[in-house]
Amino acid sequence: MTKWSMVIDLDKCVACQGCSIACRFENNTPIVVPSEAALGRSILWNEVFPLRSEGEGAIASDQAKFLTRPCMHCEDPPCVKVCPVGATYKDEEGIVRQNYTRCIGCRLCTVACPYGVRYFNWYEPDWADSIERPLNPDRLEGPRDLEGPSVRPQGVVEKCTFCIHRLHKARERAKAEGRDFRSDEYVPACVQTCTGKARFFGDLDDPESTVSQLAQSRRAFRLLEDAGTHPKVIYLHEG
Amino acid sequence: MRAGQTYHPENQHEELILAPVRAISSRDRTLWGALVGILFIGVIVYIRQFILGLGVTGMNRPIYWGVYITNFVFFIGLAHSGTFISAILRLAGADWRAPLTRAAEAITLFSLPFGVASILVDMGRPDRLLNIILYGRFQSPLLWDFTAVSLYLFSSVVFFYLSLLPDIALCRDRLTHVPTWQQRMYQILALGWKGTPTQYHRLEKTLDGMAIFMSLVVVTVHTVVSWVFGMTIQPGWHTALIGPFFLLGAIFSGTAAVVIVLAILRKTYKLAEALPISLFNSLRKLLIVFTLSWLYMMVAEHLTIFYGNLPDEMEVFWQRVTGDFAWIFWLMIFLVFIIPLYIFIFKGKDSIKWMVAASIMVNVGMWLERYIVILPTETRPRLLYELVQGKYTPTLTEWAITLSLFAGLTLLYAVFTRFFPIVPLWETVEKLEPEKFNLRQRPTFGRKRKERK
Repeated sequence: MTKWSMVIDLDKCVACQGCSIACRFENNTPIVVPSEAALGRSILWNEVFPLRSEGEGAIASDQAKFLTRPCMHCEDPPCVKVCPVGATYKDEEGIVRQNYTRCIGCRLCTVACPYGVRYFNWYEPDWADSIERPLNPDRLEGPRDLEGPSVRPQGVVEKCTFCIHRLHKARERAKAEGRDFRSDEYVPACVQTCTGKARFFGDLDDPESTVSQLAQSRRAFRLLEDAGTHPKVIYLHEG
Repeated sequence: MRAGQTYHPENQHEELILAPVRAISSRDRTLWGALVGILFIGVIVYIRQFILGLGVTGMNRPIYWGVYITNFVFFIGLAHSGTFISAILRLAGADWRAPLTRAAEAITLFSLPFGVASILVDMGRPDRLLNIILYGRFQSPLLWDFTAVSLYLFSSVVFFYLSLLPDIALCRDRLTHVPTWQQRMYQILALGWKGTPTQYHRLEKTLDGMAIFMSLVVVTVHTVVSWVFGMTIQPGWHTALIGPFFLLGAIFSGTAAVVIVLAILRKTYKLAEALPISLFNSLRKLLIVFTLSWLYMMVAEHLTIFYGNLPDEMEVFWQRVTGDFAWIFWLMIFLVFIIPLYIFIFKGKDSIKWMVAASIMVNVGMWLERYIVILPTETRPRLLYELVQGKYTPTLTEWAITLSLFAGLTLLYAVFTRFFPIVPLWETVEKLEPEKFNLRQRPTFGRKRKERK
């Protein structure tokens, strides 16, 4: 069974925020005006935080550490547990997905997620005219589903999907070419764009994959390991 | 008793209690008009929110829940008054409660819909409400809530209606000068009640049975409400105490609400004789117990957090005690505990004014307490609490909708009291003609109770 996973090497991260921007354009994340952003209503599936440094000799600002944070795609996701309608669910390959047509906007998942990766559409998404045209045309929709980069209606929750539409496309391509799909045929946009090549993506169940091997590293850690969520986004410590 | 005739137990206060039902004054119309007006404004504001999105509220990230959810918890809490007084005290055999059962139950009945409304108002997609039924997952605490609150609402309606039945029949037979539609309403609602001993016997038996059921539901409902918070792993919410604490708070604010309502009824409808001051004194004793229990819960919760000194928990703790929410926290301590306790113990005896003052404080304070439980946790998310620090200022939209919900509750209550007797007539009878209708020998569960006097 495939178990999609991401490794982020903080040693290589240059905090360029390229992942955040790539994610935004790939996934048609709505843009908010500055006043809304000041309220904390900007939507960044892949957010970049300056990291606080603990203890003595707190590092000067030019040496500040950064943390880029996609959805952790937990093996035991607290958000999925609490969703009253199954709008958010973990698929068989371990990706935590969000169905915009089913979400009732109760926001129990947003308060349950300890990583704050879930975002709510406070208004109807709006793009400035110049940006409206080049929206990513990729769609992931069925009669009762609306997922991935599909434009979200107002009042629903959205989140990082590991670019689920890319996975679908890669699968379709393999099928069209009449061959088996290989797990290295697909990466999310943030991994593809990463300036410092700090992000790796692959199948954690395949012992040969880069992510599996990096996960064995002594530098490997996960966010809030004590929360019992078993994230599938693995970080590598600096140094 | 002849065939075709209805028997009504003789109540010495009958005239007094039925008087408010007969007269709808111009003052009533003004009040109702004003309340409908506020409700209407609320509806307009809500429609605007529905069209534009929840962005018109002050909620943001990470403050995903604000005043609306606070209202939800508060209204459900308020609803606990009725069931506590009419069901739990019924089982406990506290006979003093009889005159105030209906007034208390009406609070239950009329605040529950507004608790439900608060949830609807808070939903991003209220148009998809049916998804809860179509795709409901019972693993979600929200579905527990949905189930518990619907069950509570449904059973409260039944419980309330059953105990109202003999009095509707009384209205049907006594209030012959009311408009035809009103007369017809009584006729239909009375379900052909005749007041035979068998009927009373069955009614008492059913009410006793339901009281047991209701007592279980009342404990469940507010515990489940708290679990929406408690089941997450967020600091400040994830504590086993949250359930019992919510329940206690609910009964506390509910009982205080009964004091306020009773005082208003007593004054505006001149029911001083039917609602004697001894009722207030009995409630006072209960309230003293609740105030002290509240302190117990408060200390148990906060001392555990403080002593444990876990970093995530302490962020929320300090946020409450010295941080952004400190003024609300300390105001709450004064409003819920310090001042009311002083009043209840030293001033409240035989003084309705003091009791009402303290009860209003308790209710305001309990609303603040709900707020204090919900908000500080959200402002300090577990991950990166130094980076994503939430700030929340409720907007006019939220206050307008809140106000209209309270107006709606008051309106339903005010209208109800003009159409139905708010003091139960059949439950407060003194003279029962025991040789004919030995009604007060209630079938209770367990041992047979001693006859009064």
